[in-house]
Amino acid sequence: MAPSVPLPPGFANRIARTISRHSKLRLIALLTPPLGWLVVLYLGSLGVLLAAAFWHYDSDITFSITKTFSLENFQQLLADPTYRTIAVRTIIIASLVTVTDAIIAFPIAFAMSKMAGPRLKAVLGVAVLMPLWTSYLVKILAWRLILSAGGVLNGVLRPFHLSGPGFGDVAVYLVLAYIWLPYMILPLAAGFERVPNSLIEASSDLGARTWATFRRVVLPLVLPGLVAGSIFTFSLTLGDYIAVSQVSSTQFIGSVIYSNQGVSGDLPLAAAFAVVPVIVMLLYLGGARRLGAFEAL
Amino acid sequence: MKLSRSLRSFIWGATGCTLAIIYIPLLLIALYAFNDSRNQTWPIVGFTLKWVGEALTNPGARDAVILSVQVGLFATGVALILGSLLAFAVHGYRFFGRNTVSFLVILPIALPGVVTGIALNATFRNLFGGLSLFTLVIGHATFCIVVVYNNVVARLRRTPGDFAEASADLGAGPWQTFRHVTFPLIRSALLAGGLLAFALSFDEIIVTTFTAGANQTLPIWIFSNISRPNQLPIVNAVALFVILLSAIPVYLAQRVSGDAVSFAERR
Repeated sequence: MAPSVPLPPGFANRIARTISRHSKLRLIALLTPPLGWLVVLYLGSLGVLLAAAFWHYDSDITFSITKTFSLENFQQLLADPTYRTIAVRTIIIASLVTVTDAIIAFPIAFAMSKMAGPRLKAVLGVAVLMPLWTSYLVKILAWRLILSAGGVLNGVLRPFHLSGPGFGDVAVYLVLAYIWLPYMILPLAAGFERVPNSLIEASSDLGARTWATFRRVVLPLVLPGLVAGSIFTFSLTLGDYIAVSQVSSTQFIGSVIYSNQGVSGDLPLAAAFAVVPVIVMLLYLGGARRLGAFEAL
Repeated sequence: MKLSRSLRSFIWGATGCTLAIIYIPLLLIALYAFNDSRNQTWPIVGFTLKWVGEALTNPGARDAVILSVQVGLFATGVALILGSLLAFAVHGYRFFGRNTVSFLVILPIALPGVVTGIALNATFRNLFGGLSLFTLVIGHATFCIVVVYNNVVARLRRTPGDFAEASADLGAGPWQTFRHVTFPLIRSALLAGGLLAFALSFDEIIVTTFTAGANQTLPIWIFSNISRPNQLPIVNAVALFVILLSAIPVYLAQRVSGDAVSFAERR
């Protein structure tokens, strides 16, 4: 590993040489800045958030936070059925969005990776990738144009004496399923890509019908890709408050957390409520890890 | 798996429908950007270039674009350094907690944005003395690291053999090896990762609202004007620019590194 020719003298080179000669030192030099950032700033912040969940907020006189330990925020969340309703509503919508996106994503992901030729494959890949990176807000704006009272959907349906769902929970479901769809298609397509054609052929050579091959050979192999995609669709829906606030007036976990931050907000209550999606996601990620989804991320 | 003719046509039909669903809302934005009326109703009666012109000269939107570009550049710079250091460490070494590290790096995008946002918000306000441009950049860099990391680590994985070792054996110093061997090897992965990180930062709003304080990035400008009927025509026109602008970095990333398509799903 060590250079066989002496380096030119100089302070920088001497340090570089010392570091490069010692594998451990090199690893520490590589790891310290990024891990320092992620552990201190990010995990540290999550730690502060967790601590804040136990702080006290005086909502009567001072409107200020006292940093003492108490379980009152959690008691308040558990005692008030409104919060339970909001949490359940959010988790249901997140599950519906995930299932819907998985169903819609299957045909296109399969076509992309198993049926298209190389050129078409590249075109389809870019066609799905571009909207994934298109502004999230712009997509919400588009759906406001579609779903509003005088909007596109009602305009198109009027001749048939029908009308769209308008703003509300259904709108939240449609908009979020739309926005996160590419996040499901791409990992699923990558999952199909990893299924060897030879296995599929072997299965049909051995007499399995299309459905049997799909269910017993293809599906188990693409499962990690499917779960990887669902991490995004589920998590992103669980924490959303912007799309939610733009197409509905009902409350979701994200909107409760958001409305309690800021100078006059009840940060401790918001922090306690933020623990809900964190626990749900940690359970989800734990399950996903068992299914091998991290290798597919 | 032999697909019957009808199944094949079903799959292609579903693919076409899905693409239509994905693109129709974006095309509607393009139409409404030229809508003559202030009322955003369907069908559109007349078309005009007025709002596009107003969008280009709107001072609020222009300041927001400038701020977004600044934040994006700073955050991308930090992410490029930290992401590639981490990629080298995870790719080149076996160490205790290596799997945890690759878990930690995706956490900022795997946890709901609102959690990351309020966690940073609580920390900045309680320990850093408030929100500023600085805290905004920190917030963005935190979730951009993973994009660079994924691009670089994937490139390193697909590079056969240890070129750096060969270079050292042939007598190159560490700096020479980096400049002539390692850097050219990962250059396009860095460029692709950097472009995608910039696109991610440019578009982000959830963490932004929690970390920006009084700073108004372009997404925040759009967000604060989206519910003002008076401003909506200009917002539509700005949105069209945003669609076109976000397409450019992604297209470039795809061109410089064919990896971008397969890797973006890991953003």
